Amino acid sequence: MNVELTVNGEAHSLDVEPRTSLADALRDELGLTGTTLGCEHGVCGSCTVLVGGTAVRSCLMLAVQAQGEEVRTVEGLADGDRPHPLQEAFAAEHALQCGFCTPGFLMLLAGALAADPELGGDERRLDALLASNLCRCTGYAGIRRAAQRVARSDRSADSKDMRAPHIQA
Amino acid sequence: MKPAQFDYLAPDSLDEAVAVLAERGPESRVLAGGQSLLIELRYRTSRPALLVDLNRVPGLSEIVLSDNSVHLGALVRHAQLERAPFDDPLADLFRQVAPYVGHPPIRARGTFAGSLAWAHPAAEWCALAMATGAEIELRGPAGRRAVPADAWFRGAFATACGPDELVTGVRLPRPPAGSRVAFAEHRRTHASFALAAAMVVLRLTGGRVGWVRIGLVNAADVPLRAVEAERVLTGELPSPELLAEAAARAAAEADPADEPHAPAAYRRHALGVLVRRCLARAVGDGTHDPAGDS
Repeated sequence: MNVELTVNGEAHSLDVEPRTSLADALRDELGLTGTTLGCEHGVCGSCTVLVGGTAVRSCLMLAVQAQGEEVRTVEGLADGDRPHPLQEAFAAEHALQCGFCTPGFLMLLAGALAADPELGGDERRLDALLASNLCRCTGYAGIRRAAQRVARSDRSADSKDMRAPHIQA
Repeated sequence: MKPAQFDYLAPDSLDEAVAVLAERGPESRVLAGGQSLLIELRYRTSRPALLVDLNRVPGLSEIVLSDNSVHLGALVRHAQLERAPFDDPLADLFRQVAPYVGHPPIRARGTFAGSLAWAHPAAEWCALAMATGAEIELRGPAGRRAVPADAWFRGAFATACGPDELVTGVRLPRPPAGSRVAFAEHRRTHASFALAAAMVVLRLTGGRVGWVRIGLVNAADVPLRAVEAERVLTGELPSPELLAEAAARAAAEADPADEPHAPAAYRRHALGVLVRRCLARAVGDGTHDPAGDS
């Protein structure tokens, strides 16, 4: 079946089987392998992407259901060569080890913080959000610090200075 | 695993969906949020020839309030209930229970009506439907019908829905004004399904229990309303002894099965504790025992 959707600002027309998940379409049809697949049944959250600005499990959504939707993946986070503040914060706070779960956490946080910038300052709600996804290296403390770092910088005027020193724009 | 092959239709209207199911109902599954159905397709425990996606049907995402009831369309997502935009005991209960349903990305897509159609024994919404006396609204080739919750659940993952019918919405009666609600859940880990949970909607009249509903989650293969416990409470002064007696009665009404991490006796005990905690919170008289293990 034909699906027309926008991914990271670019319009695409795909021919997929109805049973193809959005995750598989992104990876296999569009080559966007930044979206990783862990469990393929909605438990681990590594395949989290934004659909219409909301974080969803792309393994639990069919590609044909994304007809007419705006999808954003981890490849669409950076602004050209400039990493997204979340990506910079993840590097600065050592919020990843193996990196497999990282795209899912980035998209989970990107959606949640865009909808509710106050979230990063509320530890209880932030922890409930981060429990959506699994990090098998158990780097949750670093991930939480990264989210809080972005929330802090959003509230301060000098958000440009939060860049991690070892990342070159 | 990848799902087996199926055809896919996304009708633009309920009439069209009904017509498709009239013809191909027995070989079809209806897709709303898909957060459980897609898992079943992936496990290949379900291999429908056709998936009928309701997401293009307009008007199913509405929460409609009337004087006596709240109506949830078939596409009302868990996340909408988590921030239920009205002031009412039922809205309080939605807001207390919703955070226990999946995780935020699951709640963004999964639906209330889909949970009732799925009928998982550990589903919080199914017990809420039982406790509040909800009616499940259906459409099929023979027209419309509404099934009360206590006739809807037929067993684990089994409902009164016919193979050529689809759930269009759920109507929940609003509890009496001034009712207070409480929900308590016991789960093995933060991310586990409910090992057991309880909810209470209760109104005090002149210091006595004037009206009460008690729902039990994962207490049997179907969600339960603890009617015997409600009878113990109604018309009485809510003393700690009375609440304990009602909780014990609710535990006796439950019919839990053994699970790997929880023998039936343990789950029955846990249900009693959860009911007592909910009652104490709903009557708000300070009888809540934080240790709560007696």
